[in-house]
Amino acid sequence: MFKLLKTGAAMLLAFLCLHSAAAAKEKVKVGFIGPLTGGVSVNGLGGRNSADLAVRLRNSDPKAKYQYELLVLDDECKPNVAVQVATKMAAERDVIAAATHYCSSTAIATVDVYHKFGLPVVVWGAVLPDITYRNKYPEIHRVNGTMINQNETNAELLTKLGYKTFAVIHDTTDYGKGHNQYFSEALAKRGGKILGTFGVGADQQDFTAELTQIKALNPEVIYFGGLTPIGVRIRAQMDKLGIKAVFDGTSGIVSDAFIQGLGPLAEGSLAFREGAPTDKLPGGKYFMEKYAAQKYDGAPEAYGAFAYAAMELILDSIEKVGPDRKKVIDDLAKVKDRDSIIGRITFDDHGQNTVSLITKYVVQDGKWVVWEDSEYATGKRKLPRQK
Amino acid sequence: MDIGLLAQHIMNGLMVGMMYALVAVGFTLFFGVLDIIQFAHGDVLTVGAFAALMTFAGLHAAGLGSGLLLASMLIVAVFAMAILGMLIGRYLVLPLRAAPALNTLLITLMLGTVLRESVRLFYPQGANPKPFPALLPSNSISLGNFNLRLDNAIMLTAGVLVVAAVELLLNRTKLGLAIRAVAQDEETARTMGINFKAIVLVAFAIGSALAAIAGMMNGFYYNEINFGMGLYLGVVGFAAAIIGGLGSIYGAILGGFLFAALQTIGTVILPFGSAYKDVFAFAVVIIFMAWRPTGLLREKISERV
Repeated sequence: MFKLLKTGAAMLLAFLCLHSAAAAKEKVKVGFIGPLTGGVSVNGLGGRNSADLAVRLRNSDPKAKYQYELLVLDDECKPNVAVQVATKMAAERDVIAAATHYCSSTAIATVDVYHKFGLPVVVWGAVLPDITYRNKYPEIHRVNGTMINQNETNAELLTKLGYKTFAVIHDTTDYGKGHNQYFSEALAKRGGKILGTFGVGADQQDFTAELTQIKALNPEVIYFGGLTPIGVRIRAQMDKLGIKAVFDGTSGIVSDAFIQGLGPLAEGSLAFREGAPTDKLPGGKYFMEKYAAQKYDGAPEAYGAFAYAAMELILDSIEKVGPDRKKVIDDLAKVKDRDSIIGRITFDDHGQNTVSLITKYVVQDGKWVVWEDSEYATGKRKLPRQK
Repeated sequence: MDIGLLAQHIMNGLMVGMMYALVAVGFTLFFGVLDIIQFAHGDVLTVGAFAALMTFAGLHAAGLGSGLLLASMLIVAVFAMAILGMLIGRYLVLPLRAAPALNTLLITLMLGTVLRESVRLFYPQGANPKPFPALLPSNSISLGNFNLRLDNAIMLTAGVLVVAAVELLLNRTKLGLAIRAVAQDEETARTMGINFKAIVLVAFAIGSALAAIAGMMNGFYYNEINFGMGLYLGVVGFAAAIIGGLGSIYGAILGGFLFAALQTIGTVILPFGSAYKDVFAFAVVIIFMAWRPTGLLREKISERV
């Protein structure tokens, strides 16, 4: 009986679809996955709204060939949940492509699923390099930059400022180890010298032993690959031991908690993050206006513009080659110097956007200030031991 | 190695060792009077540090000088934790005396989680590390690679004085005699007219007050406290008390400094960096325990506590 009902409902639905398609444009389904609940849900919801904005704008465009429908699923920033929802989305054959994942752990967990089902995806927020670089899956693309780009930018700025000797402290998680690896590589290319590398526990309290060793090495810069809590401790204990060096962090310390935890000691700390404040993006103003017009509940947050750009790419491809997964994959591979609100996008052979956007930050007067806007960049203030 | 560098390592080790020792003395006191392990001890330390920070936040607005602030923080934290310790002793530990020791261990372990999570949830933005005010003079003398800070010297001296005071209290006063008597033989102590319950509560008050002092010392030393700090200090303090010999005050102190020394040695000597310093230190603790299951000092001192 139930089966009969279901078939009936499906037939009715199919009829309705056909009917409306005949009356209007053909309907095409696209997907979005992000963390809509849990600790980082504010970023996920911002991304969801932004992807939704891209779809709505396209639907209101009379020149568009198709009527788009957005299927939204929640990965909760948990790998196991992500694999479930990714499988669900990929198994729905009428979903042509999707903008997926904010959390690195979920993005890396699902790449095999998308590959198996042949669903083209564009990652909009996760930064782990392995997502695009571990395999060479034609289905996987990413619009935002990675840890690699972040550390390239980091090494470039510091060597340009004239710093030559570095010590590295990193936590021993994948995050910290990855940063250590990519920063060391980026720095070696530019002639900087690493005097010592120290792996530390992710919840360690006392760093005086490591820092005493570092003090003897006398580096100009202490690079730190890890998150805010131990970043605060290391910076505070540097001061206790009388170490004068630049505190050079990663995206993991760009938070208000870092500044609150340190007070005036935070001044002059550096950090780098993938992406950019939305108002600094090439199409940031346009995006914010359109976003505000839709009256969404929350802000787009840091990666909203990337979700928007990812969805735009997908819609562009479908418009060009039609609603066919394979053709969309082929078309996305050809994306080169494409204009978008986050700047030009070019995918390399791994589907990674090579023109990545990294923002440099420095703490100035108790705030994270974009480097170019800071008094450190103009030379009005100087970092420790800057010549 | 450069002499200044060596001095710096020794100073770092002494500071950390002093905190470990203060925590370990608490463990050893509780074990002495009741033969139990009070696993919430580390989190009592956290609550003590946060109580001090709250006092600071409250009185700083009133515009007190740093000397008065320091004194009031110390008084509030010490007395609040002494009371908390007595409450734990009275309502969680004493009622379970007839039950297997495992129950006490479990209930205090759970209490520790409750305390820790309460700080995280109920302190404003408790999940983030909190800056701890630097109220001690921060003058420092730089001798080559050795940076001697006045505040560290003050804390170290204060720590020595506190330990000496506890030692005097236990060995030179009637109260101390009573605590030692209870530790040695509860039944006999009772027949001699010693109020067993009161003595146990006093021991809990002293041990927990020491945790408050260690917590404040931690705050002043790192200028930062967080809700999870007690968990690690609790484990280390417990390990220190064990290698020293549970029940022996001197053993606990020795154990605390020994553990700090092992961590420093681990960082300096191990070629693969500091990531494994705790692995090294705890591995040595395991070897010590295999070599001397009753601790380093327990056999030499006939009395416990």
